[in-house]
Amino acid sequence: MKESINNIFKNNLLVTYRKLSAIREMTVLISIIFISIILAIASPHFITKDNLISTTIGLSSDVIIVIGVTIVLISGGLDLSVGSIMSLSGITCGMLYLYGVNIWIACIISILIGTSFGFINGYFIGKIGLNPFITTLAIAGISRGLSYILTEGSPISLYGVPKSFSNISQSRIGEVPIVILVIFLVTLICDYLLRRSDFFRKVFYLGSNEKAALLSGINIKKIKIIVYVSCALFAALAGVLSTARFTVVTPSAGIGAEMRSISAAVIGGASLSGGEGTIIGAVLGVILLNIINNGLILLNVPVYWQDFVNGAILLLAVTIDFVNQKKRKELH
Amino acid sequence: MNPVLKLENINKKISDFFSLRDINLEFFKGEAHVLIGENASGKTSLMKIIAGFYLKDNGKIYIDNKEVKINSPADSKKIGISMIHQDFSLFDHFSIAENIFLESKKYSILSLKIIDFESMCSECDNLFAKFNIKLDSKTKVKKLSFAQKQLVEVAKAYVNKPKIIIMDEPSSSLTINESKILFNIIKELKKLNSVIIFISHRIEDLNAIGDRISILREGKIIFSSATLNLSEDKIINLMTGMDYSKRYPKLNIQHGREILRVKDLTSGKTFKNLNFNLYKKEILGITGLAGSGKSKLARCIFGIDKIKSGKIYLDNKFVNIKNTIDSIDNKIGYLSEDKYKDGLFLYLNIPLNITAPNLKRISNGYFIDKSFEKELTNTYTKKLDIKYANLYDNISQLSGGNQQKIALAKWIISRSKILILDEPTIGIDIASKVDIYNIINELVTKGSSIILISSDINEIIGMCDRVLVLYEGEISKTLTRENLSRDKIIKYMVKLGDNNL
Repeated sequence: MKESINNIFKNNLLVTYRKLSAIREMTVLISIIFISIILAIASPHFITKDNLISTTIGLSSDVIIVIGVTIVLISGGLDLSVGSIMSLSGITCGMLYLYGVNIWIACIISILIGTSFGFINGYFIGKIGLNPFITTLAIAGISRGLSYILTEGSPISLYGVPKSFSNISQSRIGEVPIVILVIFLVTLICDYLLRRSDFFRKVFYLGSNEKAALLSGINIKKIKIIVYVSCALFAALAGVLSTARFTVVTPSAGIGAEMRSISAAVIGGASLSGGEGTIIGAVLGVILLNIINNGLILLNVPVYWQDFVNGAILLLAVTIDFVNQKKRKELH
Repeated sequence: MNPVLKLENINKKISDFFSLRDINLEFFKGEAHVLIGENASGKTSLMKIIAGFYLKDNGKIYIDNKEVKINSPADSKKIGISMIHQDFSLFDHFSIAENIFLESKKYSILSLKIIDFESMCSECDNLFAKFNIKLDSKTKVKKLSFAQKQLVEVAKAYVNKPKIIIMDEPSSSLTINESKILFNIIKELKKLNSVIIFISHRIEDLNAIGDRISILREGKIIFSSATLNLSEDKIINLMTGMDYSKRYPKLNIQHGREILRVKDLTSGKTFKNLNFNLYKKEILGITGLAGSGKSKLARCIFGIDKIKSGKIYLDNKFVNIKNTIDSIDNKIGYLSEDKYKDGLFLYLNIPLNITAPNLKRISNGYFIDKSFEKELTNTYTKKLDIKYANLYDNISQLSGGNQQKIALAKWIISRSKILILDEPTIGIDIASKVDIYNIINELVTKGSSIILISSDINEIIGMCDRVLVLYEGEISKTLTRENLSRDKIIKYMVKLGDNNL
């Protein structure tokens, strides 16, 4: 009798373990903890209040971007223009302010401008039917180009910007920056929406099988447009947020953001073939990447290695995704 | 006579639930060996072992009495084994002739990579003339229909004169005419002393070309013989282990009022000026050869393809169906011919598949009621007897029959008044077919109307109240249930007289 109870207990534990390890988020979380422990041992600076806070503030714009990118990936698309749109909205925000526009109105206008580039993406991809890779690559070129044209290539400082604006990323509740709390909340809301809302269900259908989605009476053109618009909206928000943080706008902001966000989303369980992914997973992916980058800095690895490492991680993540997809197809 | 190919005690674990067990088979030259079995009985897996796509766990393979190791498709090809897949190995952007002579290297001039295009095409045309294939050798493969590609694939295999040729359900998508061409090619291959392994679950195929039959059930060979005089019932019995005397459980139901009227419907090129109607609780069959326009017609009514002119009336009211959203709003459902490509979300779970066209029913416009979704799914999986291990597994893990039931379930849940079914039982086993006929019956009893598009004449005769026979985009005949017969349907399908059948 006792033995059988023991067995049931063991089996339950085993099942729970299997279920947990089947969830991608758990794997990423465990990796984060694992790498953190290694870094804590390797560098005395890793677990310090300052380092943790600056790392989390540093990853805030990546988190915002990755939410949009994950949505696009789930829809079966791809967005390579997020970094450039982020930079363009930061720059329009700064320039408008320098021309005398109220900083808050400048924020709204610049977010609208960034978002309209998402609409262009969505229009060409959804309505006309162009390939997302090429379309967003072109829009990336155009918006990055505009950033350089507007600034003539040099960073612009926002002198005398109101404290209320530059404080966006400074104010804290206790020790925790408000930005972090807000982003945490946005992540949870988006994750919930992704799991439960009618709209995101359609995004999953679209990404899983576009033809079947069409035959199920889903307006795929509309969904595609909304997906790219929201991706650009998040990128533009990130642009404004980093403007507030640095009070300097530069045309080279957000370079490499596409690569980091796609890596993070794929690490977090999104698939490049669409129909899969979660926001929490992608955000954990961002945290993982940023901790690795932070570790490189703390271990005195030259900054120039960051892109190298990020690229290698992207390749690894995509390979794992590919192998998983292949296994799945073979099973079928 | 020594066997060309001999399998000895082949075992292979395919999944946790399924394995091939102790397969012993012999194949002789110049013979068509028909391998029959239900879906998921292990036919294709066994063939993939011979063709080198799967590695066997144990057992031996002999070619001409010598043991051979087949570890890859290349090994298998070297021996002279060629397998025609369900998914093609053709190059879409090249012409038919280039595809057919790709491997033979016959037309490479001076062993350079320059191709003598003209003589290649003329040989290809001769070949097609010999087998009565009405295709131009210079046509690009991407322009061909599924069935035509199948024929090109078989012609390509014929040109390469393989020692052993494996055909995986080549006839399942072919019409009568095309099947005849296929069978002629097989007869020629027999003369060349090839071994033909013909996988099928169509019993008619056996009578047409078979020299030997083996029946697989649940991964085991349960019957193998050179005698062919088995009755259809006996074969079905062996295949399924069950008695299916009633394959077409047709009910007699009184029709109601007219529910759909199609007036002068014209698509671009495929069909023109089609007129017909559909009554409440009626099963209307539409049949015809490939290219007769039957699938296109379904796509036009459902709003996937644009119509050029003509009107559709529902309940005597004109409706303008511009897209699939309109048709679903008008309570029309559509089950596509190729469920893998456009009917199902293979990598999503059962509830998500079932609720795809029913979001309006399970959500308030913003959020999805997950418990209602689960309840609906449970109800209908039980009702339609859909078997699964876990409700939240991807449906790619289910059998073809269960997948088709899921595809049907979503339209039942959406309470479709008119359900257009395009080849609903193609490629699924007989047990599931009967289940699907019963589901159709229940739908009709409850007041739905069905348009059943099929190239399976037995199915059309077995299930329909009225049949439209299409020929090159026109209705060549409307037959009522009382005067349905196989011969009549075939006659109007090919418009006998115009066509040399």
